Amino acid sequence: MLNVGQITEGFVLDHIKAGNSMTIYHDLGLDKLDCTVAIIKNARSNKMGKKDILKVECDIDTLNLDILGFIDHNITVNIIQNGEIVDKKKLKLPPEIVNVIQCKNPRCITSIEHGLDQIFVLTDEEREIYRCKYCEGKYKKYK
Amino acid sequence: MNHIISPLDLSVEELDKLLDLANDIERYPEKYAHTCEGKRLASLFYEPSTRTRLSFEAAMMNLGGKVLGFSEQGSSSATKGESVADTIRVVSCYADIAAIRHPKEGAALVASMASQIPVINAGDGGHQHPTQTLTDLLTIRSLKGRLDNLNIGLCGDLKFGRTVHSLIEALVRYPNVSFTLISPEELRIPGYIRNEVLKKKDIPFREVVRLEEALPELDLLYMTRVQKERFFNEEDYIRMKDFYILDEIKMKLAKPDMLVLHPLPRVNEISVEVDKDPRAAYFKQAQYGVYVRMALILTLLEIA
Repeated sequence: MLNVGQITEGFVLDHIKAGNSMTIYHDLGLDKLDCTVAIIKNARSNKMGKKDILKVECDIDTLNLDILGFIDHNITVNIIQNGEIVDKKKLKLPPEIVNVIQCKNPRCITSIEHGLDQIFVLTDEEREIYRCKYCEGKYKKYK
Repeated sequence: MNHIISPLDLSVEELDKLLDLANDIERYPEKYAHTCEGKRLASLFYEPSTRTRLSFEAAMMNLGGKVLGFSEQGSSSATKGESVADTIRVVSCYADIAAIRHPKEGAALVASMASQIPVINAGDGGHQHPTQTLTDLLTIRSLKGRLDNLNIGLCGDLKFGRTVHSLIEALVRYPNVSFTLISPEELRIPGYIRNEVLKKKDIPFREVVRLEEALPELDLLYMTRVQKERFFNEEDYIRMKDFYILDEIKMKLAKPDMLVLHPLPRVNEISVEVDKDPRAAYFKQAQYGVYVRMALILTLLEIA
């Protein structure tokens, strides 16, 4: 049994699909934060077989968790204060995501104007389809 | 601030109002001859497009306004690395309204987001060309008297032809419209139009390869050009470019009041002998393009 110390204030992101923790680490900008982060890969899970877990010790207002909904809305977000779980956040697909993914359409204006925000809009919630705000190119969300 | 970036930026009610105004301009051009005096249109063409540019410029001049701008990327400050957003910020100081044509998709939207003046998308790559759609709608409504209860044939390059995609999206908002999609197998309508527009909205349509088979049923035939620049392989282009040629003999199969439209320029998909047929409406369509752009300028400047 692996033991990673408890955190007093921050987040525990549980039920991350095995292998996705490093993507989330970068997408949440954790590499830029000066805080304690524990990355647990391939932990045993009754529900998923194996899973990743991220423990982040930081002020609970520091992170923008909207992006997690885009990455995988099945992730469980436990909010920790004083060493206790005080809230569990339910994730949903955000209506718009900014500067998380890049448009790959070579004909899109973003391919030549690199200062533009990369904005994707949720156009089909059922099929989890996002489209580039500028060229409407489809981005199929990865699972 | 109002902009026109996509044909669907206008509701059906707004569209009807715009087309009414365009028809009034057609009937009483002198009434509108001075409505834009003291106003300037910035004509920002990052790629050559004689027809669209001249149509916009003629529209502004017919309204008594003035035009400034550039007609190719080489004569704009884009060659110095200026962004579209910066260009439109500067142009906002010189003009009251702008029409922008750019080879990259989404460029007009970027301009509208930074602009202090109304922006009209005059074509952004293979993406949107709303004033072509407005031209098509005005032509159909003026010559057929309606935009509903029509069986519309779309023929040629249905895969890459943005005018066809936009026209379908605009027309499905009217009742009892059906489509006959005439194309070679390789140039069939893209899946998202078939599934997300036609099937989703329960619009009757059929796909055929032979033009002769479709012609007798149509109220309207919209011909398109097979564009050479869309093909990677010269042989494919050569094989496709002569796939459909509308001539006098085929026109005999059509209804006596079927209209023939084409966004122009044509190459050889409509024989010149068809030009004298009273059903050939493609040059009238070019004239309607000026009226609808006049109506659009007046509407966006809140003059009419």
